[in-house]
Amino acid sequence: MIRTQTQSLAAALMLAGALLTTAPAHAFTLEEFTFEDPARTQEFRDLTGELRCLVCQNESLAGSQAGVAQDLRKEIYRMMQEGRSRQEVIDFLVERYGDFVLYEPPLRPSTLILWFGPFLFVGFGAYLLARTLQRKKAEPEQDLSEAERARLQQLLAQTGDQHD
Amino acid sequence: MNTSAKRALIPLGIFLALAALLFYGLQLDPRKIPSPLVDKPAPEFSLPDLKDPNQTLTRDILIGQVSLVNVWASWCPSCRQEHAELMRIAREHGVRVIGFNWKDTRPEALAMLQRYGDPYTVSLYDPDNQAGIDWGIYGAPETFIVDAEGIIRHKRVGPIDAQVWAEEIRPIVARYQGGKP
Repeated sequence: MIRTQTQSLAAALMLAGALLTTAPAHAFTLEEFTFEDPARTQEFRDLTGELRCLVCQNESLAGSQAGVAQDLRKEIYRMMQEGRSRQEVIDFLVERYGDFVLYEPPLRPSTLILWFGPFLFVGFGAYLLARTLQRKKAEPEQDLSEAERARLQQLLAQTGDQHD
Repeated sequence: MNTSAKRALIPLGIFLALAALLFYGLQLDPRKIPSPLVDKPAPEFSLPDLKDPNQTLTRDILIGQVSLVNVWASWCPSCRQEHAELMRIAREHGVRVIGFNWKDTRPEALAMLQRYGDPYTVSLYDPDNQAGIDWGIYGAPETFIVDAEGIIRHKRVGPIDAQVWAEEIRPIVARYQGGKP
């Protein structure tokens, strides 16, 4: 019993160790890319942070360890060293990999629904809500019939009695 | 049907429409990224031949007949999986299959061809992803269908098996080979 507990503790420690040693790897990936101008270095970091890695998909190019992401970081670095602008780098990547490399899709006819769909939904919901409320208000209050009126009086009289 | 019953059907209709939309979304594979290169000329390249390092291959090799350009590497298990199918296609269907050996090493790539056979008329050798970036390659295997004029007509991401060949690749190849569907 003690033995198995020790074993599982050891396993847990090893797992924790493995997680700890792999985690900081991200921090080092951009170290090798520096420019003489610190602003340019920052621009490189921002840009790779905004572009999506195609293999892992939910990581940016800056954070990904995938081989393709490393290649693209090198390529972007090379282009920026040549003095190409941020937009030129983005255009280069979109031309080859499509809009998918951008986290934010560009505004064009095929993406209109993506950009404005949610607002349409909310607008439609607000319209329905307003209409329902309006209709509720407009509904005429129905008069009670003679029998109902008599019953109501009776009930009111009863509760009145109890409080006396 | 009276109006209130009709009105009750509206939420049901909206629910069914949403369900259909979400179900459709589930069928889509997020790993399959449409290539912006389809219907554009294949990118220029200048790469060594995998087997003969002294030989330089350029885009010119794509001109003249329809080709499958198959991105592969010895480290890629799915490439090994589709290898037999590529051998069959090259043998039985007379389609030219051009290899695009990607991010691999020459000895290991050659060892794989030696071991499993070589379906490729010729294999480009791109160990550093030099031309791969221009082709928008982001994994292996990927297969491009390039027509006789050197224009990319289709891109398949993932391995080709008998079903993919019959349903997806062959009709497109046939269309550009003879003008018949």
